[in-house]
Order: sequence, then structure tokens, then C-alpha cells
Amino acid sequence: MAYRWGMVVDLDRCTGCEACVTACHAENNLPTVGADEAARGRAMHWIRVERYWEGEFPDVRVKFRPVLCQQCGNAPCEAVCPTYASHQNEDGLNAQVYNRCIGTRYCGNACMYNVRFFNFFHPQWEKPLQLQLNPDVSLRESGVMEKCTFCVQRIKAAKSAAKAEDRAIADGSLQPACAQACPAGALVFGDLNDPESRVARLSASPRGSKLLEDLGAEPKITYLHRQGWHESNA
Amino acid sequence: MNRTRNNPIADDLVRPLFHTSVWFYGSAAVLATIVLCGAAAWAYQIWYGIGVAGINWPIFWGFYLTNFVFWIGISHAGTLISAILRLVNARWRRPVTRCAEVITVFALMIGAMFPLIHLGRPWLAFWLAPYPSAREIWPNFRSPLVWDFFAINTYLTGSVLFLLLPMIPDLALIRDRATGWRRFVYGTLALGWQGTTKQWHRLESGMQIMAIAIIPVAVSVHTIVAFDFSMATVPMWHSTIFGPYFVAGAIFSGIAALIIAMAALRRLLHLEAYLHPVHFENLGKLLLLMSLLWAYFVFAERLTVWYGNEPSEMAVFWATQAGDYAPLYWTMVVCNFVIPFPILTLRRLRTVTGCVVASFAVLIGMWLERFLIIIPSLSRKPLTYSWGSYSPQLVEIVLMVATFAAMILLYMLFSKFVPIISIWELKVGNQPHPPVETADDELAELWKARP
Repeated sequence: MAYRWGMVVDLDRCTGCEACVTACHAENNLPTVGADEAARGRAMHWIRVERYWEGEFPDVRVKFRPVLCQQCGNAPCEAVCPTYASHQNEDGLNAQVYNRCIGTRYCGNACMYNVRFFNFFHPQWEKPLQLQLNPDVSLRESGVMEKCTFCVQRIKAAKSAAKAEDRAIADGSLQPACAQACPAGALVFGDLNDPESRVARLSASPRGSKLLEDLGAEPKITYLHRQGWHESNA
Repeated sequence: MNRTRNNPIADDLVRPLFHTSVWFYGSAAVLATIVLCGAAAWAYQIWYGIGVAGINWPIFWGFYLTNFVFWIGISHAGTLISAILRLVNARWRRPVTRCAEVITVFALMIGAMFPLIHLGRPWLAFWLAPYPSAREIWPNFRSPLVWDFFAINTYLTGSVLFLLLPMIPDLALIRDRATGWRRFVYGTLALGWQGTTKQWHRLESGMQIMAIAIIPVAVSVHTIVAFDFSMATVPMWHSTIFGPYFVAGAIFSGIAALIIAMAALRRLLHLEAYLHPVHFENLGKLLLLMSLLWAYFVFAERLTVWYGNEPSEMAVFWATQAGDYAPLYWTMVVCNFVIPFPILTLRRLRTVTGCVVASFAVLIGMWLERFLIIIPSLSRKPLTYSWGSYSPQLVEIVLMVATFAAMILLYMLFSKFVPIISIWELKVGNQPHPPVETADDELAELWKARP
């Protein structure tokens, strides 16, 4: 049975701690570019926590929204790639083949969520940080695009293990690094094709909505609204 | 050799090929140095990574794509205008066609460099070509960039043919006047032209076919360049008006470039007798028409967006209209409309100088238009957290200046190797009656062969 990986982000649970960002950097060999380059817009965070403020001081409310690749079913980034570096894989993920990428950056423009990141320079790790690189994830060279993969290396490993034992991947047994690291459990990952999975049930929640849903990109990430807002603010 | 003495047109127009002043060598050396600086800047960028340019997240396209669209736009001067003027048989076109067609070829070559320069890994650019490879995949034909690749290559091939075909009789003329290596080179390029009736007929029908074929190609090229933007759902890119808007803008900037090139040729090669004020007058009227058309398109685009009041589009709208990009936006409006409109409307101002002033304004304005189409939209995508800003870096500015120098240099060199005004077309056009009385037997032959 084919998998269709998706995620639910519970905005009520997110505390904006950015553990997911750190975990993603460690798992996926994301380079840190330094303060100067980051200020110039060259930072790479496959998942980021967007912060929005509402109201006037002192009555200020802050909202957090973790944004990562929405793994769109009808992905704008895929159609525009001239070399099929960006394409839909068999599990419905927006895969990026680094070796095919020639660096037109068109995908980055077409993506309305701005979740694609470009290697403006060769990534570098100060010694001894190179020793903590994940051997399961390839390093990307200067001039190629990269993006959240839903930790495809973990998915591949879990699928191989499940296939060897002739079973399906059990719900909850597989998590990307961000979901695994989230102390509040705000990120729930799983197979949307399995109606009994936690992610499928939460996706159907009346609190759920998609980011920029009207663009029609069919994102596979559902955001659950914060509760109690309307009453308390009224 | 009797004919050369009785042939003032050919004498005037061939002179630059055989006589070169020291000024030419001096300016060519300066321009070549600037072009080499551009090459060095590109090498530097390839070596250190494209991060040396100002592009960033989320503004992935910057100066390079601005220049790409600008130069492809300039390329619409020549072939398209020349083809239309040929088809409607406008008599005043004759001294204009070749200097226009040359702009097309060189501007296309320069414009097509920019998508390569802007690539993250330019050494893999050949992956856009469909060829059987070990990777076992074709280019993605859904991608507008692949459409671009084919459109620009088609246009370049067509424009080169369109330029070369009517050059053949002139190359033969130079062959007959030249000696030594020049005779060999021009003889080879003239493809054995003897001026027989049969050859004239073939040339005429060849040119007719090319003139008809090149018009849809030219229109499609800039439409596809527009599709690079309008196919993405980026605010204010995703617009059905972009195809015709870009084509109109391209012809607009193309005519401006043509007027400037003609004025320069007129002054530097002493072609006052051939590039007459009436040519500037006529092209000035055409420029006025395009200025009005441009203003109409901008009005239609802006009004629709403003009236629709869609939040993400309004962010871009106000950024250009009254925000960070407003100074550039209003400069563009001044350059593309406020300056050229009175100059080109009032007959008293529509002189050679007036047209050149208007044209320089239009070139600046159209460059800004390309910039303002690309950058503000990318800096104001719907998720406000990811808004960004862009400032060009030295390497981008050097490369841009270098391409202007390259354009001038190539144009200068071309005018030294080929008569920049089509001699035979001028001769045929200048004679309202069969030249029976004239001693110019070359002209008499031309007349007889006239279709």
C-alpha cells in the first residue's frame, strides 16, 4: 500500500522554542552561515518558527507558526524546474535531487511558502563540527537548491525494515527529526492514507486549515488553530 | 573598376571597412577592457559561488534576470521592426533595416548569457537541451525556462538568417572591390553571388519567407519571457496581461535602442545623407505609439490590481506605488512617459536630438520596469514573515556594465566588417525610374533584376 506522508501542526501546543529547527539542522546536515550572511538572507532553516505579534503594548500577543515544506500535492515548485530536480516521489513528497539541480532558483520563486533554500556558497563546518554530520544525508554543494525532505532517510530506512519483515510501518514508529524533538508534541507526522493514523484523524479536525489554501497547491500539512482565542479576546 | 568611381552610395558606405581611425582602436580597446572586467567578474562568481551576488532568500532573481529581460527586449528592435517594415513595403526602411537587425542578433546573444550567468551551477546549463544521456531524463517541458531555451534559440537562428540573407549582395560587392585576404573572406561569405536574375529571385523569396516567419517567433519569444513570471502564482506576476505587456515593452525599448544606434552611426560614420532626419521622425512616431501603448498597459495592470484589492497583491502594489520602490517606480513613469511624450508629440521637438533624448529616457525607464516587475513581487510574497529586500552587489553591476560595453563593441566591430546600411537595397530604393541614363552599370543590373 502506498504511503502519503503528512503532518499536523498544533498551533495551540507550539511554544516557539525552536527545538525543531535545531533538530532539523543536526539531522539534515544544514550548514550555519554565520551572522553576516544570515542578515543578508542566506540562512537555511528547512523548518522555521514564524513569529507574529498582535495588539499594542502592553496587551501584546505573540503567535508562533512553524513553517516547513508543505509537501504540496499540486506543487508549483515541481512544474517550473527545467531539469526535474524538483519532482513528486512515490510517497507524495516533493523530492529534490541535488545532483540534477542546475540552480535556476525558479522553484524558490514559485514556492509561495518560501521554504526552499539555496546554497549560495559551499557549505562549511568548523572543526570538529564536521564529525557530527549525519552519514545518511548527502551534503549539498554550492549552487543547488535544498528543502525539507520529511527526513526521507528515516522514511527509507523504515520502509526497508518494514518490507524485510513484510509489514506496514506502524503509526507513530516513524518521525522526522522536528516532530521527534518537539517537547510540546505540536508536530504530528504520519501516513495520511491510513485513516486510523493520528495524523489522518487530526487532519480532519474542525480546527484544521491549510496554509494559503486558496492557492490550490494541495499542501499535506494541516495547521490546528489555537483554541479559546475568540472568547478571551471578545 | 570603372564602376567604383561612379558609385557614390557604395563608396560612402564601404569606406568604413577600409579606413579605420585611431579613435576606433582607442575606444575599442577601452570597451574590450570593460568586457574583460565582466568576464573576470563572472569567473570570480563561479569560483566563490553565486553568493557574491546580491540575491538572497527569498529574492532569488535579481539584476541578472532584470538584464536578461531587458536585453531580450532590446533584441525586438531589429528583426521585428525590419520584418514589419519590409512586409508593408515602407520605403523609408531601406537605410534602417540592417542596423536594426544587427541589434537583434547581438542583444539576443548578450541577453541569452544572463540565464547562464545567474545559474548556481552554470557548467551544467546544457542539461536544458534534450539529448539522450546517461541520466535518462529529458528536460521538463512543463517548465517555462525550457520554453525560453527553445524560443531564444529559434529566434537567434532566425535573426541570424534574417540578417545574413540580405547581406549577400553587399558582401559580393565588397569582394569585387577588395584584394588579398579580404577578397578571400568576403568571397567565401558571399556564397558565390553573381547577381543573376535567378539569384535575385531566390534572395527575394527567401527574405519574404524569413520576414513572415520571424514575426510570430519574435512575438512568442518575449511572450515566453513574460511567462517565466506569469506562470508562477507570485503576487503581481500571475497576470494574463504579461505576454502582450512584455512584447509591447520590448518593442518600445527596442526602438529606443535603434534610434540611439542610428544617431551614433550617423555622427561617427558620417552617414548624414543616408540616415536622414525623416528616419528619426518616423521612428520617433513609432516610439510615441509604443510609449502610449506602454502607459495603457501599466494603467490597465495597476487599475485591475488596485480594484481587485487582493491583500498579497496590494502589498506589492503599495510597495511600488508609495513604499520602498516608489522612487524607482515614479522614475520609470517619468522616463517612459512624461519625458518622451511631449518630445515625440511636438513636431518642433521631434528632431534627431529630441528622439535621442527620449530614447535614452526610455532605455532607463524600461530597465527600471524590468527591475520593478521582478524584485518587489519576490520581496512581498504572501507570508509576511518571509518578506525580504535586495541590493545589487559589485559583481552584478560590473557584469551589467560589461554587457553594455560588449553591445557597443560588437556593434562597432560589425560596422567595420559589413556595411551597416544595406547598399543594394538603398540603390534599388533610391531610383524611382529605371536608371537608363546612368553610367552605373551595377545599378542598371540591379534594376533589371528588381522583382
